[in-house]
Amino acid sequence: MSGPAGVARLMQGNEAVVEGALAAGVRFFAGYPITPSTEIAELMAERLPLVGGKFIQMEDEIASMAAVIGASLAGLKALTATSGPGFSLKQENIGYAAMAEIPCVIVNVQRWGPSTGIPTAPAQGDVMQARWGTHGDHPVIALCPSSVREAFDLTVRAVNLAEKYRVPVILLMDEVVGHMRERVVLPPPEEVEVVERKKPRVPPGDYYPYRPDEDGVPPMANFGDGYRYHVTGLVHDEKGNPTTDPRVAEELLLRLHRKIYDHLDDILSVERYMLEDAEVAVVAYGAVARAARRAVKEARAAGINAGLLRPVTIWPFPEREVAELAQRVRLVVVAEMNLGQLRLEVERAVGGRAAVKGIHRVSGELITVEEILAALREVPEHA
Amino acid sequence: MAGAAAPKVVRLEVQRNWCKGCGICVALCPKEVLKLDEFGKVTVAEPAACIGCGRCEDHCPDFVISVEVEEK
Amino acid sequence: MLNQVVSSLRQERLPHIWCPGCGNGIVLSALVKAIHELGCDPDKTVVVSGIGCSSRAAGYLDFNTLHTTHGRALAFATGIKLARPELTVFVLMGDGDATAIGGNHFIHAARRNIDLTAVIFNNSIYGMTGGQYSPLTPVQKRTTTAPYGHLERAFDIAELARGAGATYVARATTYHAGLLKNLIVAGARNKGFSVIEAITACPTAYGRRNKLGNGLQMLLWQRDHAVTVKQAAKMSPEELRDKIVIGELYRAEAPEFTATYEELVARLAQKEK
Repeated sequence: MSGPAGVARLMQGNEAVVEGALAAGVRFFAGYPITPSTEIAELMAERLPLVGGKFIQMEDEIASMAAVIGASLAGLKALTATSGPGFSLKQENIGYAAMAEIPCVIVNVQRWGPSTGIPTAPAQGDVMQARWGTHGDHPVIALCPSSVREAFDLTVRAVNLAEKYRVPVILLMDEVVGHMRERVVLPPPEEVEVVERKKPRVPPGDYYPYRPDEDGVPPMANFGDGYRYHVTGLVHDEKGNPTTDPRVAEELLLRLHRKIYDHLDDILSVERYMLEDAEVAVVAYGAVARAARRAVKEARAAGINAGLLRPVTIWPFPEREVAELAQRVRLVVVAEMNLGQLRLEVERAVGGRAAVKGIHRVSGELITVEEILAALREVPEHA
Repeated sequence: MAGAAAPKVVRLEVQRNWCKGCGICVALCPKEVLKLDEFGKVTVAEPAACIGCGRCEDHCPDFVISVEVEEK
Repeated sequence: MLNQVVSSLRQERLPHIWCPGCGNGIVLSALVKAIHELGCDPDKTVVVSGIGCSSRAAGYLDFNTLHTTHGRALAFATGIKLARPELTVFVLMGDGDATAIGGNHFIHAARRNIDLTAVIFNNSIYGMTGGQYSPLTPVQKRTTTAPYGHLERAFDIAELARGAGATYVARATTYHAGLLKNLIVAGARNKGFSVIEAITACPTAYGRRNKLGNGLQMLLWQRDHAVTVKQAAKMSPEELRDKIVIGELYRAEAPEFTATYEELVARLAQKEK
């Protein structure tokens, strides 16, 4: 650690990602410079060799993602960090990681897009790309921090989920959370829960690299550990050998989903703030959730029973939690720095049981407390 | 080892079911040891003529032919 | 000989998918023999490949094998080698795989001089997709995407590798399978980035369209057009125009990337004490 744990420090969100990664046991980073994520690469370059880890700045974003997968397969916990345009380039190999079930973490510090957009302006326009950026019906997990301390905690959690479920996990940051500085106290290493990937419990001759345990996750042998097997992005059987058998293809893809969707209790997390007696609620995530929390407080002070539901796990979408909320409130305000990417999910989960109103900002400026507060005041009469 | 070549034993093995009948081995064999059978797969026609040069093995794209040479 | 090395193959997966007369199997056979000669521990041997006909080779080998995405084999291999330098890593790619979509990774692996042994199956064409031109298709040759003859110049893989910083560069054809094996052995022994270009025949997607005959005839064409480095030294550029120069083309000394990184880690650890 760059400073002792348990001592208050002023820390940047991107810096907290590095601390979280190292605390979770990440020992490999491959990346490519891109605003506003670059500090993560810079700090990794400094810190990793100090703990015997490896850093490499690759020739491009595609290569970075590939190197991360290779390193993970060789046994190191691996992470990369990027932003919008780089996230697009990484998608090809994120799909590979999903298909070949190689644990890895991709940090996307969202910036204004599409294209080069405004590199230094915050946005939340990659919500759907985080879910569907790579082609095919792939499973994915995405987590969304809204504070510096949470950037640390969710990086640890992202690494743990990646290792546990053998899946690429996306840490969906935004420019505000990545660049802001807050006073944080990091936990001592012994208080950080660290998950290791399941190892084979059978001798090499009996090892089927893609035969799942009951939890849907196959134990993973690292390259070089004596279990020689084949890894491919092609549809493969339990031995790892390519096949076009329709039954095998279907079962593989369904299992890749089951291993995530059968464990939603473990994977999903939301923050509920003042929701017990709420009549109106905000759904917000990342930097916007900070303004939303304040708006809820001010609404309460003004006599409005408001609350906040903050998806911490943004993918899979916590739809049960939103559906349950819809039964108790009259209005759900979705505030996000895009044109309604998560609002559509919220509307689907609400299913007409409450009014849904969106506050969307795509100017590269933040959504204000006042805007959210104003929306909370406009409860429809018969909603 | 001056003078005439040392006598040797050549073992020629064919993994017939991997053969795709490209005919490279047959054409490259300097002693007409190999031929394609009626199914278009390689067969050892003249085993005694084999000098163990290994050209067939080295150029077989399908891992069909193995040549073992034991010096006596 | 083959019987001794056939245990390095996943025999239950044979026969392989390649067409009759395709040279890829000859390259794979040379590779297996080279690995055998090198005495590599199979558990510590990694074979990474990209996408295309030739990249299916990895799946037939009983090592730690990784069939990656198109063009990215070297980038995956870089991650493996840096994470675990004690592994011996071979990277199998096609000509399009290595020098078109993977061209950037190729020059940077060479620049870093990372200890990988790259074997490029050069059949002058994209075979798996049915015969489109690659950066190695000779000018005027016909492909499905060059129906009037190819307009572009081709790369010289060896010159590209050398210019980018590779420390071992060699070339052989599938006709010269024994030489190919020897060059792979020498390349693997080089502590750095080694490139072995294997000229191989695609009778189906390239030979047929260009009236070059079947696999055998294309193999004989290689025999008739290859000249050794020694012979080439005495020939004029005009005489070399349609020739393939085979043998060890270039060798250099340079720091190897993963070793340099390990030194950094050790140096920093020393400082901590």
